[in-house]
Amino acid sequence: MDFLQNVDWTQLLRCFVVGGLICVIGQILIDKTKLTPARILVIFVTTGTILGGLGIYQYLVDFAGAGATVPLTGFGYNLAKGAIEAVKETGIIGAFTGGVKAAAGGIAAAVFFGYIASLISKPKMKKQ
Amino acid sequence: MTPKPLETKKDYQKYVDEKSPNSPILKNCFNAFWVGGLICSIGQIIMWYCASKGLDTALSGTVVSILLIGFSAFLTALNVFNKIGKFAGAGSLIPITGFANSIVSPAMEYKSEGYVMGVGGKMFTVAGPVLVFGISTSIIVGIVYLIFNTQSITLV
Repeated sequence: MDFLQNVDWTQLLRCFVVGGLICVIGQILIDKTKLTPARILVIFVTTGTILGGLGIYQYLVDFAGAGATVPLTGFGYNLAKGAIEAVKETGIIGAFTGGVKAAAGGIAAAVFFGYIASLISKPKMKKQ
Repeated sequence: MTPKPLETKKDYQKYVDEKSPNSPILKNCFNAFWVGGLICSIGQIIMWYCASKGLDTALSGTVVSILLIGFSAFLTALNVFNKIGKFAGAGSLIPITGFANSIVSPAMEYKSEGYVMGVGGKMFTVAGPVLVFGISTSIIVGIVYLIFNTQSITLV
């Protein structure tokens, strides 16, 4: 745990504030619009992908680190960044391979852990 | 005297807005802020730990995603995540934890329909659209980048 001794507290604060503010945007969408959570997730990922493609989201990632990459907009940013980097290397094929390749760990983990967790879950029906 | 019937759609909407409980938006936003910020900070600390082990930024980000997704998937299965979600709202929905929750939640509900079509199929009720729109947009971004990849316009 040596890394905890030189924690950059300003960086952690920026991460906390930016990550929190992105969630507040989501909360305002929940409270003030009639969008379902599913649509809000889609909006966040798509927005992140577009902002990532335009290079705007990169500034936020440089500024806030995980505060920008952990929210779902960061997932979209990752997709866009992967697609652009792969296009630089392999051209048009990269547009199809790069995004998923960059997000592969997250997607595979979600599918795998999601399935396992559902299997071990308590079978009782619950209301959301 | 009976109240006048609500004649227009607008009147009805106004009536509904008056009667429906006013959700305390400030309190919700505050909770979303600190829970969301906390989840991101946990991600940042995992990221620093990975960096101290010599992983590069992209790989550290992947490790953070895998750990947060795995952790929240199991918290959902144990019915803990729903309690956090009720309190924090978007604070636990918008981080990648919400993505894992959106996979496990419907899968749990449809478990009675079987392990292939019930769990395996319903997992993607919410995650499916997220992946469809996310991946499609990333392909468009890649193609647009390819078309406009000139010296004058640099997108990244």
